[in-house]
Amino acid sequence: MDLELTDEQRMLGETLAGLLEKKYDANARLALIESDLGWSRELWRQYAELGLLGLPFDEQYGGAGMGPGELAVVFEAFGRSLVLEPYLATVVLGGGLVAAAGSPEQKADLLPRVAAGELLLAFASTEARSRFSLTEIESTAVEDGAGWRVSGEKIAVLGGDSADTIVVSARTPSGAVGLFLVDGADVRRDPYRMQDGLRGADLLFDDTPAQALGVPDDGLAAIESVLDVATAALCAEAVGAMERALWLTVDYLKTRVQFGQPISVFQSLQHRAANMYVSLEQARSMALLARLALADDAVEQRRTMVRAAKLQVDLAARHVGQEAVQLHGGIGMTMEYPVGHYLKRLTVIGKTVADVDRLTELIGAAGGLVAPG
Amino acid sequence: MDVALSKDDRAFAERMREFFTSEIPAEIRDRLARGEHPTREDVVTSQRILNAHQLAVPHWPLEWGGQEWTPVQRHLWAEEMTRAHVPHPIVFNTAMVGPVIATFGNQEVKERFLPATANADIWWSQGFSEPNAGSDLASLKTTAVRDGDEYVVNGQKTWTTLAQYGDWIFCLVRTDPSAQKQRGISFLLVDLRSPGVTVRPIQLIDGGHEVNEVFFEDVRVPADQLVGEENKGWTYAKFLLGNERTSNAGIGIIKNRILRIKRLAGPLLDDALFRARLTRLEVETAALEMSVLRVLAREHSLPPGTPDPVSSVLKLRGSELQQEASELLVDVLGPSALAYREDAAVPDGFAPLPEGAVDALPTYFNWRKASIYAGSNEVQRQIIAKAILKF
Repeated sequence: MDLELTDEQRMLGETLAGLLEKKYDANARLALIESDLGWSRELWRQYAELGLLGLPFDEQYGGAGMGPGELAVVFEAFGRSLVLEPYLATVVLGGGLVAAAGSPEQKADLLPRVAAGELLLAFASTEARSRFSLTEIESTAVEDGAGWRVSGEKIAVLGGDSADTIVVSARTPSGAVGLFLVDGADVRRDPYRMQDGLRGADLLFDDTPAQALGVPDDGLAAIESVLDVATAALCAEAVGAMERALWLTVDYLKTRVQFGQPISVFQSLQHRAANMYVSLEQARSMALLARLALADDAVEQRRTMVRAAKLQVDLAARHVGQEAVQLHGGIGMTMEYPVGHYLKRLTVIGKTVADVDRLTELIGAAGGLVAPG
Repeated sequence: MDVALSKDDRAFAERMREFFTSEIPAEIRDRLARGEHPTREDVVTSQRILNAHQLAVPHWPLEWGGQEWTPVQRHLWAEEMTRAHVPHPIVFNTAMVGPVIATFGNQEVKERFLPATANADIWWSQGFSEPNAGSDLASLKTTAVRDGDEYVVNGQKTWTTLAQYGDWIFCLVRTDPSAQKQRGISFLLVDLRSPGVTVRPIQLIDGGHEVNEVFFEDVRVPADQLVGEENKGWTYAKFLLGNERTSNAGIGIIKNRILRIKRLAGPLLDDALFRARLTRLEVETAALEMSVLRVLAREHSLPPGTPDPVSSVLKLRGSELQQEASELLVDVLGPSALAYREDAAVPDGFAPLPEGAVDALPTYFNWRKASIYAGSNEVQRQIIAKAILKF
């Protein structure tokens, strides 16, 4: 089993890193956050040209047919640069759901446009009372002639501010969790900047016309499998972000002079930096497990491994993010200096899809990871 | 972590498991599974069976009984052995003195010692640490002064694990007191039955006798028992200590402890707080196992002796997780863990003791050692800090 990257994957990572290093210095990123859109259309076009927007889709739908390894490479690079573009929302979540649940016609209609950078998607699932559950939802869908109508309020919809088409989960008349496509123009939006600078929205559906994505009653399985992929991607992104936060911290310790010497000579700080490295490497190992696990056909086993990965990564992210700010001292608290932005993104990742407590509960309920035999 | 292994590696692990569970006497494996220490006889019996099948020293050179295995295969060999509750070959023989002799010894020393070392005909002890040379090993003071065809050894070694079983001891001794700290050290093989050698037990907080002090008083050692060159011992010691990048992680130990906890925890497994702690332990163990596999995967691309700070991560977190697992078993036993008992026997009419009652707390106490030995965890943090801060 090759645990290291292939040459192609390494090249993909280098190409993307080269692009991001040019476009994503700290000032440019701050300006993007303050802009109306909150991210860069120009970069979005360049992602499309690099084939990133169709990365996981089948070639017949304009995609590159690539797997979890390539996705991990992309997300690690995104994490290092704290990328703001709605890639997770559009490609992994929205596109992933269309690919997993959509009819051949829906895939042929939507995926090539996503891959070309012409269509933005978002996945609306979370509600005020659902917390991290996919099934504790109150939104409903009813049939209306050839189509459907969806009602309910969704919160914290990543990319929900700008999505052209929304994939929304709602309870069907049979009680199942179904997936529906809604035109962005038909939705009321309360758009905002999230705590980490990415954009999102709360969305209000009120008897809103909708189209079933594939077979409505089969929605849940598709959501769960797409969230496995998204979780593995978030793990990779967090590892990229933690890596950069640690190196920022290390550089700072070596250059900041107090009491007449660089503060890196103090052993209490050395050991705290070492502990950050331990957390980072353990997280890196689990991000690797997550992407390997995606190839596992045994669904329950795969899901437990992916969740375990995010649990480890989230714990590490909290540790590394908090310590990175602490070891910087006051400068780490400023909006101007990048390290605080890593803490913010890592914190939001920790509350995306599922958090530490939820993951702990789910893994425990599944019987854990260590089994006899 | 089956998903991280190739099909061939999984088949290899299966073959190892099959061998260990069918060829090593169940009586020995059952004893270990119950949390007991193997006897000297258990260890020797098991190592001889392994050696008869070329499975005692796979990481040695081919001509001395080794195998041309990949780093991952060697790892699986050790892990499956632990999971099958097979006593490992004597680590001082197979992982320490053997590779040093095979790499730096002359032909005569190799022929004299390697076959007996592989077959546990000699039980080796390790004479490195001294009362004033722990983490700062190079400050050791035991001297060996050349006198004709012999060295005369004086000094004291300590923390000598299982020296009560030992036949021979490999020692770091100072042969050139005028040289810089690391330069005047040699690697010497000493028969523990030599006149002037005294082994004294050290009782540990768990009540067990695992380590000893070894005193040398004018001990005469034939000069042909020097390994390699005089005053090059530090190089050999570094080779020895750097040999195993991954074994201190103790994945097999942690997993066995977790499985035992799950088997014994009963209704506690439905207790949210307990289950959360167990889950976190399992998850971090998986992370550690993946870290081990990552280190192994790139071993071929790193020249031997290259420091890899992830190895320090393995020692650091591995020891801590071994300790956490031992602590969790104590929590499973609760009040039943409190009595100090030599064995599980109870008088007629009393209920039998729950499994683990005898060993849970002694193991917990004993395992505090894991973050102290093999480079204390503070030393490991220093190694990592040095690697990332480059000072």
